[in-house]
Amino acid sequence: MIYEVFRQERKGQAFQHAGSIEAPDERFAEWYAREQYGRRGESTALWIAPRYALHPIEDFVDELNRNYHRVDGYPLKEKLKEARERAGTTSPRDR
Amino acid sequence: MSERAQLLLAIADDELVLGWRDSEWTGIAPFLEEDVAFSSIAQNEIGHARALYELAAQELCTSADELAFDRQPEEYRCSRLVELRLPEWERTIARHVLYEEADEARLERLKSSDDGELAGLAAKIDREEAYHRMHAQMWSDRLRDEPRFQAALEELRPLVNVREGHSPEFAELWEQMTEVRRSQPAGTTW
Repeated sequence: MIYEVFRQERKGQAFQHAGSIEAPDERFAEWYAREQYGRRGESTALWIAPRYALHPIEDFVDELNRNYHRVDGYPLKEKLKEARERAGTTSPRDR
Repeated sequence: MSERAQLLLAIADDELVLGWRDSEWTGIAPFLEEDVAFSSIAQNEIGHARALYELAAQELCTSADELAFDRQPEEYRCSRLVELRLPEWERTIARHVLYEEADEARLERLKSSDDGELAGLAAKIDREEAYHRMHAQMWSDRLRDEPRFQAALEELRPLVNVREGHSPEFAELWEQMTEVRRSQPAGTTW
C-alpha cells in the first residue's frame, strides 16, 4: 500500500507534500514516515494518508477560453500605462 | 576492572555487535522502506555503543575506539544472541524482539541507578530504544502466526543472557570488525 506523507516544517506553516512511502499497513507507514521525514528535526508534524484516500483532479476544462479567469488573461501593465497617461502622472519607479 | 566498567562494556559490546549484525541487512532487506528503517536501527545501536564505550573509557583511561576495536576476541562480553549471523528475516526479527525486551528491562534498572552519569545515559538511550521497541512490536504482531517466527523465538530465547565464551561465528565477526585497525600499527591516526 502506498501512503502519501505531508510535512509541516514549522508550526503555523502550510503542510507540503514530502513524498510517498510503501508500507504493509498504517503502523508501518507511521514508523517509516517518522524515519524518513521526521528524525532529523526537519518537521514539526506529519500527515500520512493512504493514496486511495486522496481525490485527484487533473482535468481543468476551459472550452470557451475564458482567459479573464486567469491571471495571465488580464495584463495590468498596458492598462496602467494608459491610465497614467490620461491622468498625466508617471510610474512611481520613474519618479 | 570495576563492576561498573564490566557492565558498561557488556552493554556496549551487545550494542556494537548487534548493530554490526543488523547492518548486514543494508541493501538486502525484504523491501526498501524496511531496508532504510533497519539500517537506521543498526546505526542507532552503534551510536549507543559509542556513548557507552566513552563512559567506560573515562574510567579505564583509554578511548572508545580502542575499547570497540582493539580488544582480543575473548575480551568481548556480548551475549550469544547478538553474535549470530542470521540471514533469515524471521530469525533476525525474533532476535530483535528478544533483544529489545531484555534491553528494556536492563535500561529500566540503569535508569534508577545511583550513578548519575549512567542513569542519564540510560535514559537518553531509552528514548531512542522506545522507537526500536515499537518497530519490534509491529513486526512481532505481523509475524505472530508464522510457525517459522515462533520456531526462531524458541531457538534464540535461551541465548539472551549467555555471556560465557563465544559462538564459533564470533571469531569471523571479530576478524572483519577489527581488520582495518589491525592493518596499521597501534596508535595510527586515521
